[in-house]
Amino acid sequence: MHGVLAYAFGGILVVLVVASAVTALLIRRYPARNYTSVRLRIQTWWWLAGLLFLALSFDPIVALGLTAFVSYLGFKEFVSLVPTRPVDSPTLLLVYLAIPVQYLWVHMAWYGMFIIFIPVYVFLLLPLRMVIAGETKGFLRAAGTLHWGLMTTVFSISHLAYLLALPVHAGTHGPIRGEMLVFYLLVLTQLNDVAQFLWGKLLGRRAIAPRVSPNKTLEGLVGGVLTTTLLAWLLAPWLTPFSPLDAVLAGILISLFGFTGDVVISAIKRDIGVKDSGRLLPGHGGALDRLDSLTYTAPLFFHFIYYFYY
Amino acid sequence: MSTPTNPFLKAGQAVLRWLFMLFVAYPLVLLGLGLRVRHRERLPANGPAIVVANHNSHLDFMVLLSLFPFLSVPRVRPAAAADYFCKVKWFEWLARNFVGIIPIERGGARKGEADPLEECYRALEAGQVLLIFPEGTRGQPEQLSDLKPGVWHLAQRFPEVPIVPVFMHGLGRALPRGRSIPVPFQVKVAVGRPVPLLPDKATFLASLRSNFEHLRGKIAPPAGEEEDLPDELNEVSQQPKEQSY
Repeated sequence: MHGVLAYAFGGILVVLVVASAVTALLIRRYPARNYTSVRLRIQTWWWLAGLLFLALSFDPIVALGLTAFVSYLGFKEFVSLVPTRPVDSPTLLLVYLAIPVQYLWVHMAWYGMFIIFIPVYVFLLLPLRMVIAGETKGFLRAAGTLHWGLMTTVFSISHLAYLLALPVHAGTHGPIRGEMLVFYLLVLTQLNDVAQFLWGKLLGRRAIAPRVSPNKTLEGLVGGVLTTTLLAWLLAPWLTPFSPLDAVLAGILISLFGFTGDVVISAIKRDIGVKDSGRLLPGHGGALDRLDSLTYTAPLFFHFIYYFYY
Repeated sequence: MSTPTNPFLKAGQAVLRWLFMLFVAYPLVLLGLGLRVRHRERLPANGPAIVVANHNSHLDFMVLLSLFPFLSVPRVRPAAAADYFCKVKWFEWLARNFVGIIPIERGGARKGEADPLEECYRALEAGQVLLIFPEGTRGQPEQLSDLKPGVWHLAQRFPEVPIVPVFMHGLGRALPRGRSIPVPFQVKVAVGRPVPLLPDKATFLASLRSNFEHLRGKIAPPAGEEEDLPDELNEVSQQPKEQSY
């Protein structure tokens, strides 16, 4: 593992140890209160941090394979939640096949194909396969849902993996590799979620999206944006090629659109009538509940950095 | 052939069943499908016990087997249709040794024939867990067919053995009758409390059915809203033309 990343993971370790210690203290101090959810969440964070460490410690192909698997889990959760027509089962198998193919383009670092495969080719061919199946009732809704699922869980998330395929770039404190960008984006996106949650708990007064996500507050959002942007600016010299101004912009981008991804997936869950998308991650819900912000931040952060630096 | 008395043979069979779980059932069920289980702790850890479940798919028995602790899997025996699994000798051998099935002649006992449940009695006497699909067949996707009285007959002889209902939802989407390639879909499973045995056959089956319906209500959207599609459309999709995929 690259030197800077080793220190960065050391930082995560410190944060997690502090979080676990604070929870343990709270549990001892207030035995009457229920901290199960917080405890489970932090426990799951340990697992996720360990997984990220494994993913970035080896060859990039390991990280690529894991990202593809995460896309698969997210997509599977998505199609299990939304109503699908029985007649579309064979189409669905083909749609699943698009996942390894999309990540193959990433592995080949074939940017042109990576960027149009799902938005153009799959988008056009999926309805053709459905026409062959022959059922017209609910056609538009079925084609729309399947493609929407692919765009969020596969196309968007695969941008995370494409960061690994970017060439090495000069940075303030040494060469910047894809792994560092992945780390930067993931940590900021997830910390932004946590920061918004904590600021909301602390100061939250005004609901910002009462019908979609009643627990989200304006105070939480603003606190999250400030925290994340500060951290983005602090970490940028070591993990990214950003100038200070660009780092601040990236921080604002990640925090605002992390929030957007969160409420968009909330709206979909509300539409379907479920609270959590699954039970894969104790305390968090399903894979989709953790990927929600990333479906927005991964492509937007990627194109921000790709346009200005590569 | 069913339950060998030779300890080496018995150990060998257990190893085959573990191999099946490791290389077929767990990859298919945990990676291919994904489970959300309610009240897994209600499953009987030790036999003798009867687990009754709804039947929609060839994957049902794998889902049920993977709910049990790995070490107790060799003591769990799925009851399976003899006319399907025992048509070919080698297939029967595989099903018996890798999956541990107990073949049952469908249609109940006729005059002059052996009791079709004989092997089930032996299994329960040996303290094993029996898996039974009381519908007898896979039926229409995500619909509960009529329940067959075999469980009741079995329970008459073993009134002390708990009958635990399990309802699975989602397998009718993943691998319905008539298709050969499973599509990854999450499966929801609800385990219920033991169903009390009633002296009257029809009342018992009705109570079993209402138990299934209750469990379905816990994990599945109300029937009708299910796929949010009119019935005629569901029928269209079940016609044989779709089976060619």
